[in-house]
Parts: sequence; structure tokens; C-alpha cells
Amino acid sequence: MDAPTLAGRFRLSETPFDVASLRAELLDGRVGGYASFEGWVRDHNDGRTVIGLRYEAYETMALAEGERILEDARTRFAIQDARCVHRTGELAIGELAVWVGVTAAHRDAAFAACRFVIDEVKARVPIWKHERYAEGGADWLHPG
Amino acid sequence: MTARVTVLYFASLRDVTDMASETFDTAAPDLRVLYIELRARHGFALPVERLRVAVDGAFARWDDAPRDGSEIAFIPPVSGG
Repeated sequence: MDAPTLAGRFRLSETPFDVASLRAELLDGRVGGYASFEGWVRDHNDGRTVIGLRYEAYETMALAEGERILEDARTRFAIQDARCVHRTGELAIGELAVWVGVTAAHRDAAFAACRFVIDEVKARVPIWKHERYAEGGADWLHPG
Repeated sequence: MTARVTVLYFASLRDVTDMASETFDTAAPDLRVLYIELRARHGFALPVERLRVAVDGAFARWDDAPRDGSEIAFIPPVSGG
């Protein structure tokens, strides 16, 4: 398990990463609540059995857009900090694909900001999922 | 007026072009026309309405003119998370 190498609040990681160390980075005496979200690789999608997937990112833009989302979260919600790490490369079923961690003085803001961050990441960070299927074949997911 | 631009390809667009980027001179008046021209040249399945466009790493407008020396990316619907 590698620690993500980039120092920003939004990071990409080509290898599995350790959630405990990310959580530890958020420890702060002013914080009364921590909310996190983990997205895992699911073994099915849209009626097909998924055997593995790959994430591709437009790396420089993904990092910039991710930082903008975390900055938006700090503007909109009464939170102390917000972080997000997204995997790239090949992932197996059950692997951690994305992690969001938010700290705040009170839980309402932590929950709301955590939800906001994952929703915005899914909507506008340039990362694409390429799934491989048990029945054969593979597809890029371009929802909408 | 032409502008020398670098266009980046990702996901299904890269599968079609079989290259990560290309640099060329364009006389397209805006980014929408540039994509329409590239779609015809490469045979992209996605129509312009399903994409977003980014210039130098930030979302841009389809009616922006291609800027000389800029890096343009056509962003297929994203699927992170």
C-alpha cells in the first residue's frame, strides 16, 4: 500500500492506497465529526458481470478540477477540511476506487460536504472507467 | 487565420484515434467546428452535444476560438467514482 505521492488535497493514485494514513492527516483538535465515503469496484453493472476495470484520467485537469471541488466544498459548508483520492490504472473487484474524507466541528456539515464532493467528482472530474465483462468484451462508460 | 493546437484524446476517443494527442494547424472558427471536423476525420461516435471541451486544463466554451499554442481536450461523459 503506497501513500499517494502528490501533496494536494485531491490526489490520484496508480496503486492501492492506505485510508488510515489519509484519515490521520485530518486529525485536528477543532474537529468534532469526520465523514468519509469509499467507492469500491462492483462485480456487476447494467446487467453484466464485471471482472475488472481500468480508470484513465486526464491527469493535470483532474487534479485541478478536483482541487476546485474541494475548495467549493470549503466555501459552501462549515467544514474544517476535505480530501479525496481517486485510483487510476487496473483495479480488481472489491478494490477501493475512490475515497473522500471530510472533517467539521459538527456532523451535519461533514455528511453534506462528503456527499457534495463525491457527487461533483463523479460529475466533472475527467476520469473514465473501462469495464471488462465475464461474457467477453469491454466498454468505456460514458453515461448520459 | 490559423492556430497551431495540440488536441488530447481520452477514453473512447483515444481508442478510435489510437494516439494520445496530435498537433496541427486549424482554421476552425471555434471549438465546436474543430470537433465536428475531427469527428468526420476520425469517425468518433460521440456527437458534440455529449461532450465538454477543455482548454489548457480547464473547461471552456464551445464558441471559443482555438488559440495558438493551446492544448485542447474533448471530454467524453466522465465516469469516475
